[in-house]
Amino acid sequence: MRILIIGGGMGGTILANNLARRLTTELKSGKARITMLSASDKHMYQPGLLYLAVGRITPDELYRDQASLLEPGIEFHVDPVTEFHLDKNEVLTRGGKTHAYDVLVIATGSRMVPESIPGLAENCETFYTEETALKMFKRLRAFEGGRVVITVGVPHKCPMAPLEITFMLHDYFKDRGILDKVKLHYTYPIGRTHSLENVAKWATPEFDRLGITYETLFNMKEVDGENKILKSEEGSEVPYDLLIAIPAHKGMEVIEKNGLGQNGWIPTHRHQLNMEGRTNVFVLGDTTNLPISKAGSTAHFEADTLGENIAAMVKMGTPVRDYDGKVFCFIEAGKDRATYAMFNYQNPPDPKAPTKAVHWFKMAYNKLYWVSARGLL
Amino acid sequence: MAERRIIDARGSFCPGPLMELIAGMKMANVGEELEVLSSDKGSATDVPEWIKKVGHELLGTREENGVWHIVVKKAK
Repeated sequence: MRILIIGGGMGGTILANNLARRLTTELKSGKARITMLSASDKHMYQPGLLYLAVGRITPDELYRDQASLLEPGIEFHVDPVTEFHLDKNEVLTRGGKTHAYDVLVIATGSRMVPESIPGLAENCETFYTEETALKMFKRLRAFEGGRVVITVGVPHKCPMAPLEITFMLHDYFKDRGILDKVKLHYTYPIGRTHSLENVAKWATPEFDRLGITYETLFNMKEVDGENKILKSEEGSEVPYDLLIAIPAHKGMEVIEKNGLGQNGWIPTHRHQLNMEGRTNVFVLGDTTNLPISKAGSTAHFEADTLGENIAAMVKMGTPVRDYDGKVFCFIEAGKDRATYAMFNYQNPPDPKAPTKAVHWFKMAYNKLYWVSARGLL
Repeated sequence: MAERRIIDARGSFCPGPLMELIAGMKMANVGEELEVLSSDKGSATDVPEWIKKVGHELLGTREENGVWHIVVKKAK
């Protein structure tokens, strides 16, 4: 069975390694073959960008060589797909090569699209790429006080990022001794401070305690950069001196261009993770249209399920289990305290009060990630 | 009549049905109808609240076997 994985991010990498371990014998005998096509020879630890934006890590800490993360036996090419020919079970790459498959896994991820809001890209700081996170940190270093507005687009990658960056900014300015000159104002798209009700119940009194103001039911409409005003779809206007944005995201362009899903999100079965209408095409991570968090842990748990299922398809001709919607997110509550939220399709999370212990576990996970990507944790 | 866009947000705690609707609205055309499926009874309140605040149109809300069906129309 020829298994073709498109995308070398967290989901694709964990899946490839998971499968390589389960199919050691089949890979040796030629009964199975695993090929990965990626746009880059580097693998980025994306959650690290949050720390880069506040000067807590350096850019080199974000990367490893992708090939070094993959199990022997996985064929890896830096050659992104440009065309999907699902009816022929083939893809075409930028390098002009055709790859045929029996099972295809699409894990191409998502990207921020600040340009979707007029004036936003030119007037905000953000942290979803190395370049923008570094630029944001340099801007923070030069900032001497004023009104800092945090604003949130929909959908976005990492549901905890809005809260985390707000609490981390609070502690950053406090450490610099200029908190009394800074006014933090948080906006959020729905009628509470976070989509998870139990997280909002914890975060809102924290905001009150720290003097962080907030406005809910606030969806960005446009930014008037000349007058430094952020306007919402709901009709309000918020002045700012420094605008920090969690921009809306889309899936990758190649997905939409090939007609696989509007805005780059592929319609996906919520339990089997196959592309709707296709039995040999699976989707992982941000690329799905599932109503769950666009987060690394989602890709991780989906990859675990898919690894078990595809290996079972090779060995016994049928998948063996369903994805239950599991997500686990750390929540940094500042520079030295954190909590977490774990939930699935059936059970909401019940986050506890932040502790230093969870923060240090998150710090450890930032290093352990590389073990996780290898499919060992 | 154009096909109604279904947003199946059952079991969605994060981002949740309203966030899914907001994302769906961005992809919809003016005049298009969207039907949100939610297993969270709170959606019966918070979706209409947002629809009213932004100025879209609420066409109906009903509950069937623990799933709320909220039908809205993109007005602008």
